[in-house]
Amino acid sequence: MIRLENVTKVFPGGSGPAVHQLSLDVAEGEIVVLVGPSGCGKTTTLKMINRLVEPTSGRITVAGEDIMAIPAHELRRRVGYVIQQIGLFPHRTIAENIATVPRLLGWERTRIDDRVGELIRLVDLEPGMRNRYPRELSGGQRQRAGVARALAADPPVMLMDEPFGAVDPIVRGRLQDELLDLQRRVHKTIVFVTHDIDEAIKLGDRVAILNIGGIVEQYAPPAVILRDPANAFVKAFLGSHRGIKRLSLIPVGEVPLEDGPMVDRSATARDARACMDRYGVDWFGILDGKELVGWAWASDLDGDSLAHIDPKPFEARVSLDASLREALDTIITSRTRVAPVFDGGRFVGTITAEGISRELAK
Amino acid sequence: MDGQANRGLLMEFLGDLLQWFGENWSGETGWLARTGEHLRVSGAALIAAMAVALPLAGWLGHTGRGGLLAVSVINIGRALPSFGIIALALPFTIWLARSTPLIDSGLGFAPTFIALFLLALPPIFTNTYAGIRGVDADVVEAARGMGITERRLVLDVEMPIASPVILTGIRVTAVQVVATATLGALVGYGGYGRFIVDGLAIQDRLQLVAGAILVAVLSILTEIGFSALERFVVPAGISRRRRADVVPPVAV
Ligand SMILES: Nc1ncnc2c1ncn2[C@@H]1O[C@H](COP(=O)(O)OP(=O)(O)O)[C@@H](O)[C@H]1O
Ligand SMILES: [Mg+2]
Repeated sequence: MIRLENVTKVFPGGSGPAVHQLSLDVAEGEIVVLVGPSGCGKTTTLKMINRLVEPTSGRITVAGEDIMAIPAHELRRRVGYVIQQIGLFPHRTIAENIATVPRLLGWERTRIDDRVGELIRLVDLEPGMRNRYPRELSGGQRQRAGVARALAADPPVMLMDEPFGAVDPIVRGRLQDELLDLQRRVHKTIVFVTHDIDEAIKLGDRVAILNIGGIVEQYAPPAVILRDPANAFVKAFLGSHRGIKRLSLIPVGEVPLEDGPMVDRSATARDARACMDRYGVDWFGILDGKELVGWAWASDLDGDSLAHIDPKPFEARVSLDASLREALDTIITSRTRVAPVFDGGRFVGTITAEGISRELAK
Repeated sequence: MDGQANRGLLMEFLGDLLQWFGENWSGETGWLARTGEHLRVSGAALIAAMAVALPLAGWLGHTGRGGLLAVSVINIGRALPSFGIIALALPFTIWLARSTPLIDSGLGFAPTFIALFLLALPPIFTNTYAGIRGVDADVVEAARGMGITERRLVLDVEMPIASPVILTGIRVTAVQVVATATLGALVGYGGYGRFIVDGLAIQDRLQLVAGAILVAVLSILTEIGFSALERFVVPAGISRRRRADVVPPVAV
């Protein structure tokens, strides 16, 4: 969808190229995050895509078209652009701000009104915000209005330059979640710039780690970068806690699950004790055929059969598409040290801290 | 004893003034006609100065070029008192008025107009330039990033956002022009200056004071009028600070 080929930008008076021979491919519908230290050329790279900065050499295509062949203002109306300071028009209401590009494109009034209403709902602003002015909004609301404005004419491509850099961490986390949620519905091709590696890992389908001069040190899905950093620069940039960061990227479904200390209702107390010994635990789960009905302490065993036991329901449970991070959280806060995994309502196995650790060490 | 006598004299003088206003309002040399003349030359000079300074300063401010020009204009504006400008412009404007019959609409109009125009140019130019330069760079970048053309960017974004600064420049200038137009009488033009100049010449104190009062009143009305205009023209999101302050805060 977006392709940069050997793109170089030399600013007049700059000591060296801000971006040097950068090549990058962004597939349709994917979020690519450019991340790197301050001054490495992220903003310059982004602005070359909508021609706010003209490349010194190299070629950039959007949807197969060379951007230099499209008049700059027409290109920009097809490419959404969100910046950190948002730049809402202070003299226009939120509705008028959102309507900017549709108005430039000469849409009819009613169509614009409908679209503005739709976008206000889409980015989760209250309908009452429509006729407010930007300075009457909080930072988070302004940021959403900025996203809505960029989405207004439904551009296939969005460029976002540290859009959540100026809001506090709690709101930032929420805006990130909302962006991912939004992306599931609108399927844009997004190039997202940040200097925050955690944000990059969270949002990117692929992450490009840039070094000073716009050098791409590694370009891969975040899980791959965390598992196999290409070089010392990437390793240093990822910082410590690489293992913990990876946890949030790997779904439970990718780890081999274990049966766990589970016995069938029809089993004997001896079977149950043997099973607990095998796992080194003092509790066991009770199955009814394929269904997990609950668990009991070893001390609940009385006599030979399990028939008299009243199983306690599992409070700690994780779903198959949860991340290993959520699974680990469940494991360490539950008394059973094991989390049963469910696919929808169906019990599919258990996951343990050892299992997670084995997966990370692979 | 003395104070009482003074008060008596003052009351008498005020009575005479009122009578003067009552008797001298109509006709070609009445104060109504003089008001028309005064407004005509002031308004023409102000509009002409705006027509030149607004687009020029708007565009230069937008492109960021002409910084040196702006600084020079500011310095000239600061260095020269209005009377100095008129004195400088006088020989030139009298010559111009004589040699170009087209501008010669009434005795003394052209030199007065040109002097006032030159007086009005710097403050309108500098305020517009500064106002446009002061527009938040992020707003301009966002606007460009959405594909707004440069011309529309100036007209629809930068000018409205800078409007409080620009309008303040125009208001201050307008008052200055109205007050200074009085000097037109020195080069044979009408307006309120006539009462003052003629009053001085024929030692008519009443006429002199009446002229001064008229200038003061018109200046104040100009100030009030342009303040009202500002409230009306400046867009809501920018001007209505007070209204915004009472809007209940809304959480994220
Ligand atoms: N308009 C400009 N003129 C001159 N140099 C610039 C300009 N914009 C950016 N640069 C330089 O280019 C380099 C990359 O800047 P930028 O792309 O803004 O980095 P980042 O967004 O990664 O922090 C920096 O060294 C910066 O000083
Ligand atoms: Mg940047």
